Amino acid sequence: MSEKKATRVAYGEALVELGQTNEKIVVLDADLASATMTKYFKDAYPDRHFECGIAEADLIDLGVGMSTMGLTPFCSTFAVFAGRCFEQIRNSVCYPHNNVKLAFTHAGLTVGEDGGSHQSIEDVALMRVLPGMTVIVPCDANETRKAVLAAVEIDGPVYLRLARLPTAVFDDMPFIVGKGHVMREGKDAVIFTCGTMVEVSLDAAKLLAEQGMDVTVVNMHTLKPLDEELVLEYVQKCNKVFTVEEHSIIGGLGDAVASVLVGKGAFTFRKIGVEDRFGQSGKPMDVLREYGLCADQVAAKILAAK
Amino acid sequence: MTIQELEATCKQVRRDIINMTADAGSGHPGGSLSVTEILVALYFSKMHIDPKNPKDPGRDRLVLSKGHATPGLYGVLGRRGYFPVEEFHHFRQLHSPLQGHPDMIKCPGVDASTGSLGQGASIATGMALGARHNGNPCHVYAVLGDGECQEGLIWEASMAAAHYRLDNLTFVLDNNGLQIDGSNEQVMSLGDIHAKFAAFGFNVIEVKDGNDIRQVLDALNQPAQAGKPTCIICHTVKGKGVSYMENQFSWHGKAPNEEQRAQALKELEA
Repeated sequence: MSEKKATRVAYGEALVELGQTNEKIVVLDADLASATMTKYFKDAYPDRHFECGIAEADLIDLGVGMSTMGLTPFCSTFAVFAGRCFEQIRNSVCYPHNNVKLAFTHAGLTVGEDGGSHQSIEDVALMRVLPGMTVIVPCDANETRKAVLAAVEIDGPVYLRLARLPTAVFDDMPFIVGKGHVMREGKDAVIFTCGTMVEVSLDAAKLLAEQGMDVTVVNMHTLKPLDEELVLEYVQKCNKVFTVEEHSIIGGLGDAVASVLVGKGAFTFRKIGVEDRFGQSGKPMDVLREYGLCADQVAAKILAAK
Repeated sequence: MTIQELEATCKQVRRDIINMTADAGSGHPGGSLSVTEILVALYFSKMHIDPKNPKDPGRDRLVLSKGHATPGLYGVLGRRGYFPVEEFHHFRQLHSPLQGHPDMIKCPGVDASTGSLGQGASIATGMALGARHNGNPCHVYAVLGDGECQEGLIWEASMAAAHYRLDNLTFVLDNNGLQIDGSNEQVMSLGDIHAKFAAFGFNVIEVKDGNDIRQVLDALNQPAQAGKPTCIICHTVKGKGVSYMENQFSWHGKAPNEEQRAQALKELEA
């Protein structure tokens, strides 16, 4: 494991890499290039970066228009504004299945001090529900790079959920869209997780190992299409199933996994995430603790589950 | 095409609008009848297009931002040869390319899926920006409704169009003055719409009678002002050509019954 890095930074760097070989890549921003880190692309290829002003609805539809001209636009803003431009994403990106990539940063509680108004806990729910949308939540900088490169290979809409907070960078892992990656094998329980919670879940698994509980951790970076086969495989192996996400437990990874499990037998299942409440200001780790998403808290919830 | 031929085409399209909505038992005749000359002028005269090659990258684009006016759009596309006019009978039916609102995947000639107001203007602006970026000399037209200008996105797009100096972009406003719940004045006054677009940086042209195809063509044929998007405000009559529909907001989204169809077709005889 190397130095910590935010996935938004890796996103900006990946765009620059992509721009070197792919002339069709254009990047659109709504006055947040220096926060979404598309500023790297803006500096490298100023003629392919387009400011849309503080106008998220226009950000999306300008991207749609450019996509119809054969370009591959990446539209970036904060994840919390996914709701503001949701209907543009629904009707102009997804309904006609236009080739627009959405890379929204500052997702989840780890935005920290900006508070609940800026901590998106519902963006995955909004994006998952749209037909034809691919939803990816990368866990670290390396995976973000791979996800950006993979997104361009998909002919259609992709949503990338990215974080502000620097987090652990794991050793290189295989990344295939729609295929979960088993990061740790254990027979007593399985955790399906994504994004910033992968590191937390691995730490929780270590704590649980000290308690004699042997836990599998699956990095479920693609929430849609979900790797249903892998879910069913590990449910049969482990019989205790948990999801851990930096998102509302309504509509996110937990519900995606739950919908696979319905009717598939009797086992313990718990969704661990933001429990139907908004976030608040605080240092990112303090906010995570308040919402029960630190490794020791996750381990305790798993131990307590009957 | 001569002016007389264009006028005859408008009349034909109006009959198509009546038949499509009457057959479907639903749809939007009022705003289709008001926008007819605008669409005929564009598709039959102004735009560089080839109905046999609807995906030609160099073609001019048209985004029907007031997407509910599909009977008008389909009438024009069908008569222009994008698809057989027999498809008119399937308007709003299951599996039809002629969906209630324009569908760029299902219907040949439709350059953008629209219907959710405000979005077409923004998509067209993105097209014009993309065209210029690609060095594509095509021109992009967006046909807007006046009630639609109550959407904030119209003005977000307008800001971007002026900011990026998109002189390859033209908004054509079908200014019939009426919307679903009443007149623009009653529902949400647009104020001085000419001054608004001018203030946003557009080259604004007024067409006194937007149901006179000569006047519409004159406006469309004016050269663009370098570095400025154009907005052509066409003063039109909602329900134009059908006496009982003219200037009646109640005909925004209602189909004529058989008796009304017969009367309308009689009034629209060649």
